Formats: sequence, C-alpha cells, structure tokens
Amino acid sequence: MTAPLDLNTLWFALVGVLFMGYAILDGFDLGVGALHLFAREDQERRLFLNAIGPVWDGNEVWLVTGGGALFAAFPEVYATIFSGFYPAFMLLLFGLIFRAVAIEFRSKQPHPAWRAFWDGSFSVASVAAALLVGVALGNIAWGVPLDAAGEFAGSFLGLLKPYPLLVGVTTVALFAMHGSIYLILKLEGDLQARVRGWAQNTIILFILCYVCTTMATLLYVPHMTAYFKEHPVLFLMPLLTMLAIANIPRELHRGRDFHAFLSSCAAVAALLALFGLGMYPNMVFSSPLAENSLNIYNAASSAKTLKIMLVIAVLGVPLVLSYTASIYWIFRGKVKLDASSY
Amino acid sequence: MDTLFLSRLQFGLTIAFHYIFPPISIGLGLLLVVMEGLYLKTRDPLYHQMTRFWVRVFGLVFSLGVATGIVMEFQFGTNWSAYSRFVGDVFGSALAAEGIFAFFLESGFLAILLFGWNKVSAGMHFFSTLMVCLGAHFSAVWIVVANSWQQTPAGFHLVARDGSARAEITDFWAVVFNPSSLDRLWHVLMGAWQAGAFFVLSVAAWYLLKKRHEAFARASFKIALVVAMGASLLQLVSGHSSAGVVARHQPAKLAAFEGHYATGPGDLALLGWVDESAEKMTGLAMPGMLSFLVHWDASAPVTGLREFPPADRPPVNLVFQSYHLMVAVGMGLIGLAALGLFFLWRKTLESKRWLLWAFVFSVLGPQAANQAGWFSAEVGRQPWIVQGLLRTSDGFSPVVSAGEVLFSIVLFSLVYLMLFILFIFLLNHKIQHGPSEEDLTVGRQRA
Repeated sequence: MTAPLDLNTLWFALVGVLFMGYAILDGFDLGVGALHLFAREDQERRLFLNAIGPVWDGNEVWLVTGGGALFAAFPEVYATIFSGFYPAFMLLLFGLIFRAVAIEFRSKQPHPAWRAFWDGSFSVASVAAALLVGVALGNIAWGVPLDAAGEFAGSFLGLLKPYPLLVGVTTVALFAMHGSIYLILKLEGDLQARVRGWAQNTIILFILCYVCTTMATLLYVPHMTAYFKEHPVLFLMPLLTMLAIANIPRELHRGRDFHAFLSSCAAVAALLALFGLGMYPNMVFSSPLAENSLNIYNAASSAKTLKIMLVIAVLGVPLVLSYTASIYWIFRGKVKLDASSY
Repeated sequence: MDTLFLSRLQFGLTIAFHYIFPPISIGLGLLLVVMEGLYLKTRDPLYHQMTRFWVRVFGLVFSLGVATGIVMEFQFGTNWSAYSRFVGDVFGSALAAEGIFAFFLESGFLAILLFGWNKVSAGMHFFSTLMVCLGAHFSAVWIVVANSWQQTPAGFHLVARDGSARAEITDFWAVVFNPSSLDRLWHVLMGAWQAGAFFVLSVAAWYLLKKRHEAFARASFKIALVVAMGASLLQLVSGHSSAGVVARHQPAKLAAFEGHYATGPGDLALLGWVDESAEKMTGLAMPGMLSFLVHWDASAPVTGLREFPPADRPPVNLVFQSYHLMVAVGMGLIGLAALGLFFLWRKTLESKRWLLWAFVFSVLGPQAANQAGWFSAEVGRQPWIVQGLLRTSDGFSPVVSAGEVLFSIVLFSLVYLMLFILFIFLLNHKIQHGPSEEDLTVGRQRA
C-alpha cells in the first residue's frame, strides 16, 4: 500500500493534475466573475469579460476532462460523490451553464437591463461555482457518512458543516485574489490602478481565510495531517505554499505583476497538492465509519484500464499543453476591444 | 413517479436539448473549412464575408453546446451511479479520451477562430478552423464509441466485486471498434453534416426570398446544397448498414423498428401503428422488404419480438413511430436536396419560391431526424442500459430521491426553455443583421 509509485498512485496524481489545471486556469476566470460587479461602467465590464474571453471556455474543459478521468480511473469515487452530493452538483451545473451563456449573451444586446441581468448572472454563478467546489472538497476532507457499499449515507444539510463552508469561502477568496492579479496583467491605466487596490484587499482576505482553514485542519481534521506526520519531509510542502503566498504581495509591491501571477498560480497548485497529500491514499474519507473510506485501491478501475488511460494521457497531455500554451501566447498582452469582442 | 422514471426523463430531456447543438457545430464546422479554404484559394472577398458571418453563428451554437454538454459529462455520476460503477472501467476511458483529444482541440482553437482575426495570419486562422472542425468530429467519435459499447458490448469481461459485478476492459481496440461503432459513427456524422448544411440552406434561402445579401446567399446556398446532397445520400447508405448491425446484434430492437412479432419473412412498413397487447402492426407495408434489406432475400426469416419475453422488449410502438419518422424525414431530405440541385442546374431555383420556402423550413428536418434516430436507438435498447448486461432499472443512483430529481428536472426545464428562447432570439438577430459589408471590405484588403 505504501509502494512509492504504483499505477493507482500515478492516476491519483494525474487526476489531481487535471483538477489543478482547472483550479489554476478556471480559478482566475471564476475570480474575475467574483469581482465583475465591482467594475462600474459597461466599458469596464466588457474589458473584464474580454480579458477572459478567448480562454474561459478552454479553461472549463479541464473540469470536464478531470471529471472524465475521475470516471475512468476511479469510477467508485465519481459515482459516490456525484450522486451523494446531488443537489450541490446540480446547483454547480446550473452555475456553470449560467456563466457560460452570460458571457456569450451579454454582448448581444445593448439594453442596460439585459446587460445588468447577465452581469449579475455571471458574477453570482462564478461565486457559487467556486463556493460549491470548495464546500465539496471540504466535505471530502472532513469525511462524509458512507455505507459498506461505498454509497453516501448522509443528507444535503449535513454537507453544510462549518469546516466545509470555511473551505468554500477560502476557495472564493483564493480565486478572487487570483482573478484580480490576472486582471492587473490584462488591464491598463485607471482601471488597472483600481484593480491593484482590490488585489491587496483580496490578498488580505485570502490570507485570513487561509490561516483559519489551516488552523481548523490542524485542530479538527487530524486525518488530513496523518500522512505528513508519517513522512516529515513532506512538511516542505506547506512551507513552499506559504512562501508562494507570501511572494504574491512582494512581487506586486515590486511591480513585477507577471511574477505575482505565477506565484498565485503556484499557490493554487500548492494548496491542491496539500489537499491531495493530506487525502492520500484516500479519496473520500468516511466518517463516522472510517473503514468505509474510498481509497485509490478500492475505488479504482482495473490495472489494465489504468495502463490504457496512461497511454491516452501520454499521447494527449503534451498536445493539450502545447495548444493551451499557444493560445495564451497568441492572446497575451492587454485587452483591446474590437468588433469581435464580447 | 420514482427516481428511475424521473432520472430517465431528465436524461432524455437534457440529452435531447444538448443534441440540438453539436450536430450543427459539426456540420457548420465542415462548411467553414470549405468557405475559408475557398477564400484562401480564390481570394474572393465574398468567401471572407461568408466565413466571418458563419463563424459568428458558429460561436453562438457552440456556446450552447458547451453549456449543455457539461451537464452530460456529470450526469452519469449524479443520476446513474450504479451504471457508472458497472461501466466506469470501460466507458470512462472513452469519455476521458473525448476530453483530452476533442474538447481541448475544439475549445482552444475556437478562441483563434472567434477572436484571432487580427492576431494570426490568414493561413493560421484557416488551420484553426480546420482544428475546430476536427475537434468537433473527434467529440462525436468518442461519445459514439461509448454509446455503441452500450449497444453492442465487446472487449470486456465481467468481474465480481464486493457482491456485485462490473465490466472490465480486456481489449481496448475491441471496445473502440465494437460491432456497431463504425456504422453508428458514420450515421451520426452524416446526420450532423445534414444538420449543418440544411441550417445554412435555410438562412440562405430566406435571404434569397427576401432579396437580401443575394451574392452572399447564393454562394452559401451552393456550397451547403452540395454538402446536403452528399450527406443525405451517404446517410441512406449508412442507415442501411447500421440497420444490418442492429439486425445481427440487437434483434429485438430491429423487430421493434418494424413492429415485427412472428419470426419469419419481415415486411417493411411505410406507415403503421403497433398494438402491443395484440402483438400486431397495422399499416402500409412492403412484403418481404425487411428480409430483403437484411439478408438480400425476401423470404429469409427475421427474428420477431415473440422470441423475447415481454420483460425484455422495448416499448414497441414508440420505437416504431420514431424510427419511421426518422426514415421518412431522411427520404424527404434527399428529395429536397435533389430538387434544389435540379433547379439550380436549370438556373430557375430563385424563381421557385415554394422550393425556397421548403428550404427555409428544411432546417427542422435533420433536427427531427437526429432526435428521432437517437430516440429509436436508445429506447429500442430498453429494457437494457447496457445491452444484455445491465438493466436500466438497475442503473440509477439509489441514494438520490425522487424529490431531488424532480427539483432538478423543473430547474433544467425552466433554464433550458429560457436558453432556447434566447438562442432563437439571438440567432434571429444575427440573421436579420446579416453579413457585414465591412467584412467584405476587409476581405478585399486582405486579398
């Protein structure tokens, strides 16, 4: 069970990397959504939308592919979580639908009420999506009641415990910070100066949330730290996370916005890595009956499938990374509004 | 109403709504490649204007496809958890491959297609159009592979696990090329080409009727008509070979298509009604034609529904009607495309207003046929969710309550209704606005 790199561990890491890709990329556009209503005029809101315009759709594909990979590699987790958290996931789906169409529809009519409606939809849906994803992760870490067959045995209201809600709020704060730094990169002039102020506030908000979540995890969720205690070298990870987070205001202060954004990406990645290491080798903690927990062995597909999927990943991931990088390169630089803009 | 019924209703509703959009994207994607290719080859600014206009429409259709498609990716887990546990080892790989190979390609290059006009060279833009078209086709490949495995499972074995069983892969290529994959893929892709082509024909015919943007409309009409004719004829061939696969591997479904109860020579109904309690199809039929199409012998026996216990039969009349609707519409589309080509060749097309009006409404044809076809394929597989292996009634999520599903159905219905109204409203807006003169000028400058 503790073999350093078996197939199941590798897939745990790969699924993790897909969700990390999602959190880093869609994280900033969810964050832009969270800040959207703070932009005052139509022109400013258009700049916000067009800052993520060419990339948000591709960013969401990371979630879809992560979901597909989870289904393929760990069908038991996919089945348990998505059916168990049914109402929450339905709300998440509606949030994602509304976001997608709000971005697309908003620009199609100039009427102020039309635009206000889609502005509101975009922002509320973005915050809701971030919150729901965070609450789901918080529950998976805290532990949910699972029966002997691995089926969810709790209720929707039972998912709204303080710790998962705290993780949810932390996720919103993290994405708002991440989004504000992304916006600094894409904007210029007056608006950029204002967003700089927001970035400072969101950084403070996030650090407060981060400290609370870390304390709560250390105090109340001992199983999330067990793996670290077994392998003390892993304590480097939370240290690196703290350094990445601390580096964000430092880089912003020095005027190196792009470095700040990279730091913010690193912080998102590191937080998810912490989550993964804390969970490992479990994937869903069962509480109160810990023996019913789903882990990377009892929830996995066959070794044959994991090997086939590895071939698919080895062929596909370099392609994905190469065109993701190309798209970001082509659309680098400040946003300019033109005829094809939202 | 129980969780099973409601979950089936919800899946049907959400997939039917989703399936309005991807076929148009696939077919329109192909037409965009042709239009932009022609522009690069001839440097005629008209083709630039056409590409620009249809790319804008493509963006709208695509965004609805994405928004409604995310739901499908997760609905297996939310509403069909027992099914997901049973098939995950096999089915999940196809879904993951779809994400990796198709969706990233499609959504990545779509950014260049929509927003990259001034950021990349004309050649690079064309390459992006090609990649979006390819990505759209790939997405059909993997989802059809996954669905075909449910129809004709292959390349797996059943493994007992904690008191239940699940399917595990033994041969990946046998899963991918299961007996029905290729025929069904071809059938779905031709349906998609028809959806895209008749969509363009409809808008172009309307412009011709209203005498607006005539040069644009004529050129769009011609390209789309050629694709529509080709796809409609190929659809006939692929439909025939698909039915052959159904006859060999899913005889109960084929028998339901024709309301054929007693094993023996089979008739091909043109119109009819199946009385399931009397086990009888009443209607207009060509005697022995079903046997002839399946076996090239009008007297060869075709397996009838009585070979299957009633619990293993699909709802026959429903399948019969939707199947015949699909066939009838398919035939009608071939006729319409042929008429269009004939009068185009005679150069009298634009004076035939009735025909142009028929083309305006033809956009509904492939939509109806695609929906009816999927309906026949999926309902015809009942009572199985995976043919012969897992019953639909054993596939739903046991932990989800009927009330929860009812809640989500109500929400989906409201949201999708609103999306549909907005889609029509915005599409109409784009069509009324028409191709932009500015694009023509830009095309001229670029040439």
